[in-house]
Amino acid sequence: MNFDYNEEQQLLADSVRRFLQKDYDFEKRKAILEKGWSEQVWATFAELGLTGLPLSPDYGGFGGGAVDLMSVMEAFGEALVVEPYLPTVLAAAAIAKAGSPEQKQSILPAVVQGKMRLALATGPRGVIGAPVADTIVFFREGKLQAVERSSLELKPHRTLDDLAAADIAFQAEDSNPALDEVLDFGAALSCAEAVGAMKFACDTTLEYLKTRRQFGVPIGAFQALQHRMVDMFIAYEQAKSMACLACSKIDSHENAADRARAVSAGKIKIADSARLISQESVQLHGGMGMSEELKVSHTFRRLTVLARRFGDADRHLARFASL
Amino acid sequence: MDLNYSTEELAFRDEVRAWLGANLPAELKDKAYLPKEELLRWHRILARKGWVAPAWPKEWGGTGWNVVQRYIFEEELGYAGAPPIIPFGVTMCAAVLLAFGTEAQKKRFLPRIYNGDDFWCQGYSEPGSGSDLASLKTKAEKKDNHYIVNGQKIWTTLAHYADWIFCLVRTDPTVEKRQEGISFLLIDMKSPGITVRPLILMDGAHSVNEVFFDDVRVPVENRVHHENAGWTVAKYLLGHERMNTGRIGESKRELQKLKDSNKEKLGDVRWRDRLTRVEVELMALEITNLRFLDRMRRTGQPPGADVSMLKIKGTEIQQALTELAMQAADPAAPGTQKIERRYLDMRKTTIYAGSNEIQRNIIAKMTLGL
Repeated sequence: MNFDYNEEQQLLADSVRRFLQKDYDFEKRKAILEKGWSEQVWATFAELGLTGLPLSPDYGGFGGGAVDLMSVMEAFGEALVVEPYLPTVLAAAAIAKAGSPEQKQSILPAVVQGKMRLALATGPRGVIGAPVADTIVFFREGKLQAVERSSLELKPHRTLDDLAAADIAFQAEDSNPALDEVLDFGAALSCAEAVGAMKFACDTTLEYLKTRRQFGVPIGAFQALQHRMVDMFIAYEQAKSMACLACSKIDSHENAADRARAVSAGKIKIADSARLISQESVQLHGGMGMSEELKVSHTFRRLTVLARRFGDADRHLARFASL
Repeated sequence: MDLNYSTEELAFRDEVRAWLGANLPAELKDKAYLPKEELLRWHRILARKGWVAPAWPKEWGGTGWNVVQRYIFEEELGYAGAPPIIPFGVTMCAAVLLAFGTEAQKKRFLPRIYNGDDFWCQGYSEPGSGSDLASLKTKAEKKDNHYIVNGQKIWTTLAHYADWIFCLVRTDPTVEKRQEGISFLLIDMKSPGITVRPLILMDGAHSVNEVFFDDVRVPVENRVHHENAGWTVAKYLLGHERMNTGRIGESKRELQKLKDSNKEKLGDVRWRDRLTRVEVELMALEITNLRFLDRMRRTGQPPGADVSMLKIKGTEIQQALTELAMQAADPAAPGTQKIERRYLDMRKTTIYAGSNEIQRNIIAKMTLGL
């Protein structure tokens, strides 16, 4: 038993954090939002090895698992990254699992090199990353399809948390064994992303409690607020524990039911913690928490969405009980 | 990152589990209350095996287990439905003696604690001093080679079984900083002037008491650490106490029993979803606990203040499980009384050992810097 990241994972996490702190602060992110993603940022992801991280060395990747991606996803959650990293990773994982040799050869090395972005569709609506992807990946009649985005009819929109998404006029399967495995991988990674967003919400709220003064004292001097802050902190720690569990079960290759159970448990806890932390972070900021001008309101939106992405708590409660 | 126990740890768990399977008497399992003789019977079974005081140094009978092994052991005890090891002697008084006691005090008390010869209780709370413990008033005046103790303790668990009580008493009422006028005394419960009065709690059970001290003479040699340094001792003990307060093994057992005895109720989605949420909370608590243990093992540091969350979550889960049991129980069925009693009894968990509000204060101040 050991909860540490290994040296490689730690180094990667540090360099990702350093980059995001420097080039992805709240102001710089605003500029990126206009377009929906930044080419420069994506190129840096590739330089840092992120685009190759989960892919096999056969295609130039590093063969990493969910735990290797955890610290990256946490950092992305903290910075509210909008680039289609998770869609690309998941679509690539689907190709690696179920694609033809030709599909693998023509797509995966390009993904590793940062030359190609992907989206994974599980239905016609709300395909995340589709408008900024080169290739859309989906299943039809159990067979993996990889189609150029330009050949499809897209109706783009932005999600509540500012991601580029689109409705696509086509049919795509929402479940089969290979796809389910990829979606569980995605669910586990989204847990880690949510944990990063929760960390920001907790840190910034704590800072606010220490600096905002009313009645002549920092508002953090009031016990009513202290206890609410502590409950946020506990919800964060509990969520982090479950993200660790979900990601390490994904990597453990135990039986499918065990894996699915851990992922569902993780999603349930993350959904509950995300709601508590997002709501309390806004409430404790008072009116400022409602403002577009503060990052915490954007984190609220990201957490609200992450609580439901890859299935909401109700869906995972049902699956957990069925396993 | 690897959340699994190592092969050695799994083998250790199996060894503990197998031993409990063979040596835990069925009639001692799952009892909310046991008479003194039965508690001591279990204590002595563990003592004979050499497992009654795992955390002690080896020279005094400890096992030499690391923090993870100790956690596994405690979880297995809880999961097997074993009676609790009464903490006042083995865990609390012994920890204080090992850290602050003289050689003579250690030699005099530790072997008797280990063998179950002395039953201990804890004299901390007073009628006017609960969460605000440092306001305590029970006073001890030095006269010749004795302290003369007068005052009252309350909520004293199992004082009616106890041979000894360790007490925080006021030895200097004049100091400005009241924490600096407190001492830590070991008092023989057979001393003249001690009266124990039962307090019956709402589940109808007798486990706590009031203890009155009326000119009780305590030899000075029974003081641990310096005079007026009792608060240092109390704080040390508080930190020592906070690990393993999650009752994870016990709650796992309760959860399993709840599922096994309510197969039909599991079809009720509203109940089932509530149960699942508690199960998930328990999974998260277990991992959080392991993360803290891993940190302790890695850094060699004592637990930080943030481990207070184990007590908060652990007791909330214990209570939630009793609520689920109540919800599933037929009020008219014969077995329901036991479930109701447990529901009432478990309300104490968020109050005792530092109420959950005090635990939140600790995290707010020590961990978050508020």
